[in-house]
Amino acid sequence: MNAVREYVGRNMRQYGIVAALLVIVLLFQVLTGGKLLFPNNIASLIQQNAYVMILAIGMVMVIVAGHIDLSVGSVVAFVGGLCAIMMTQWGLPWFVAVVLSLVVGALVGCWQGFWIAYVGIPAFIVTLAGMLIFRGLAIVLVGTTVAGLPGGFNKISNGSVPNWLGFVGDVDVVTVCIGAIAAIAFVWSQWRSRRSLAKHELTVEPMAAFVAKNVVAVALIGIVTYWLSLSAGGTPIVLLIVGVLVIGYSFVLNRTVFGRHVYAVGGNRHAAVLSGVNSRRVDFGIFVNMGVLAAVAAIVTTSRAGAGVAAAGMNYELDAIAACFIGGTAVTGGVGRISGAMIGALIMGVLNMGLSIMAVDAAWQQAIKGLVLLLAVAFDILSKRRSRLA
Amino acid sequence: MADGSNILEMRGITKEFPGVKALEDVTLEVRRGEVHAICGENGAGKSTLMKVLSGVYPHGTYDGDILLDGGTVEFRGIKDSEARGVVIIHQELALVPHLSIAENIFLGNERSTGGVVDWNRTSSEAAALLRKVGLSDSPETRAMDLGVGRQQLVEIAKALSKKVDVLILDEPTAALNDEDSAHLLDLIRQFRAEGMTCIIISHKLNEIEAIADRVTVIRDGRTIETLDLHGAEKVDEDRIIRGMVGRSLDSRFPDHTPTIGEEVLRVEDWTVHHPIDTERVVVDHVDLHVRAGEIIGMAGLMGAGRTEFAMSVFGQSYGSRISGRVFKNGTEIRTRTVSEAIGHGLAYATEDRKRYGLNLIQTIRENISASALGKVARWGVVDDNVEIGVAEKYRKDFRIKAPTIESVVGKLSGGNQQKVVLSKWVYSDPDVLILDEPTRGIDVGAKYEIYGIINALADAGKAVVVISSELPELIGLCDRIYAMNQGRIAGEVDREHATQEELMRHMTMDKEVSAR
Repeated sequence: MNAVREYVGRNMRQYGIVAALLVIVLLFQVLTGGKLLFPNNIASLIQQNAYVMILAIGMVMVIVAGHIDLSVGSVVAFVGGLCAIMMTQWGLPWFVAVVLSLVVGALVGCWQGFWIAYVGIPAFIVTLAGMLIFRGLAIVLVGTTVAGLPGGFNKISNGSVPNWLGFVGDVDVVTVCIGAIAAIAFVWSQWRSRRSLAKHELTVEPMAAFVAKNVVAVALIGIVTYWLSLSAGGTPIVLLIVGVLVIGYSFVLNRTVFGRHVYAVGGNRHAAVLSGVNSRRVDFGIFVNMGVLAAVAAIVTTSRAGAGVAAAGMNYELDAIAACFIGGTAVTGGVGRISGAMIGALIMGVLNMGLSIMAVDAAWQQAIKGLVLLLAVAFDILSKRRSRLA
Repeated sequence: MADGSNILEMRGITKEFPGVKALEDVTLEVRRGEVHAICGENGAGKSTLMKVLSGVYPHGTYDGDILLDGGTVEFRGIKDSEARGVVIIHQELALVPHLSIAENIFLGNERSTGGVVDWNRTSSEAAALLRKVGLSDSPETRAMDLGVGRQQLVEIAKALSKKVDVLILDEPTAALNDEDSAHLLDLIRQFRAEGMTCIIISHKLNEIEAIADRVTVIRDGRTIETLDLHGAEKVDEDRIIRGMVGRSLDSRFPDHTPTIGEEVLRVEDWTVHHPIDTERVVVDHVDLHVRAGEIIGMAGLMGAGRTEFAMSVFGQSYGSRISGRVFKNGTEIRTRTVSEAIGHGLAYATEDRKRYGLNLIQTIRENISASALGKVARWGVVDDNVEIGVAEKYRKDFRIKAPTIESVVGKLSGGNQQKVVLSKWVYSDPDVLILDEPTRGIDVGAKYEIYGIINALADAGKAVVVISSELPELIGLCDRIYAMNQGRIAGEVDREHATQEELMRHMTMDKEVSAR
């Protein structure tokens, strides 16, 4: 009985932010008179917020390890600008430019990781410097904009998965298939981890809760799939990119030795080092990875704009950091999940979209988002304090 | 002086946390001017009781009454209790490292007029308080530059800067060496002579026997008995232990017949310098060896260099300008990083498990596999099936008391945390286990279990090195004991000849005299 209570208590927060997301969605659905969940709006919600989700994946790892990265917005502008120049001025095919951009992102990560991990300068300072350095370099390279990018490149963010299975009524069959695979994969992975716990006679969540969780998740996937299948293009390509990254990185963080080392270093660096963890290599790896993901975000952003823009990526670092904190990542390190950060990013995205549909002034949008961040973290801290004292 | 009247009474105190009854109908009566000790195993509820008394848990969050000088009091916070002369010094020292002694003493209680600090008054009053506790340091010294013993004295000076009738000391000597402990106990005697009432919580029963007038024993959140040390019945350590554990421990150490094999680890001519002050020798030409199935002890006062020796051998985790040779099974090995040391079959379980040993915000399962993740992973991917199985095995084998292996380590008691540390290093399957203060801050019952685990490890052919400040523990557990003094091995004593007096002689002998 105790164990069940502990289980629910420990996962309260996860359920809490999912509930918060649903409440916000329903709120705006009512406030916008049902416009929020128009199929085309769902598609563009994903296309507009893909960059936050991609950056938040890397940022979770950075924050869990006890660091912060303020430079990602500038890195997005720098790599995006370079990518546009490679295609327009150097005449490289777009896929070569994409690969080279990822390499450049990794090099940027190596640069920052070197100062942080091996010289021992706090990440706040190194990435603050990086924020200035790479913004400056972006302006030097790009000027203001580099336009005229190839159509193939622009499709990454604006295009959809080709509809080679046709339609059933208005429904895009490819999208339905993708949704079905996602739903089955979700249920299977949940079942697998439950079975593994049960095999060792460990407490699993009550069957009712397990079934309820899966039903709700499958229903949500189903609804989103249905709406997307009705949208103009079907499944946006960026959704697949984000999906693959989320699944891949969740695996890395939860199941691999490297992921464990990230949590170990963030939770207690001394203890991790005395357990044989090479904390410098972990720090270095995290920032190289952040650089690569910033490059992915740069490609997505540049593709969406159809041009390399020197002012691109402004405040992206703050969006990504906010998504992490709303999603339950601890400021002190050691705690945080990618799934949480994704929901945090969606909450920010829905706020953006809902407020835009309602034609709320951009300045007010900022203020409201700030307030939501504050409330989310306050809720987190207060609920923790209550569970400790009670 | 003690006139027999009660200065403090706690009646029927019951305190519940979600799912746990920490205190149930606890009664405590403290007479004016006495030193009253509170004993009990870890988790018995001693600290909770003191938090109730000092207002950390405000009135209304517990049931029962507190009477001070015969009148009921309702403390809503520490300020309230301090205003009535009840002052607590917590187990964890709470000095601000970068502030001076004087600033720390008057922190929150600044000597000021109209919000402006009067530094002259601060210094002179601080100096007076320091004299009172027998500390000769300047009040301008920063707290971080003091050793633990002196920091403890500053804490007491801080308490004395308030009006104190009842002084509560929670494990005041837990981190102190014998000399500092003795000084502290003298200080408490002096306070008693001046009419102050002291309540002291301690695991060190010999100290309680030496200093307390009466002892209240708490077990499982209830008052078991109050013993008078000056009464007709003779009250000694064994008598107190019987009350604490509810049974008499025939022996505090499990029986063990060693089977000693070949030499496993030999360290020669090991010299280490201080990490910052690189001229200062911390470990001085140490030679040491340990054989399979053997448990060796390292005795020494604080600062003798035992931990520094162990950590420098374990992947050069301490010190600078390290020289010397390490041999494993007769061949020289390099242990310049922790992973190299682990790779050669060394393991070091730290003396400070919260800071260096555990990731307190992670689960038992994740902590146990932390130093040997490679063993539960294939191609860099952790197999959670295997990992869960391993954690379950150690939870059962070492009897870690926790609801499940998914429980967060920070919520376990000290003894159970220590078992997690041991599990973690045993699972890494080392040939040499260095255990630094393996039973520090752990109650009697859990100590016995940990001794059993150590014996079992030796029987499995491991070479075990135990560093401990408790001499009876070393004598009861080890086959051979090295005594360290000022960085050097000052003596080596085998099991038959080991007595506390003999070891203490080596540990304290002057460097020049013994060098001859």
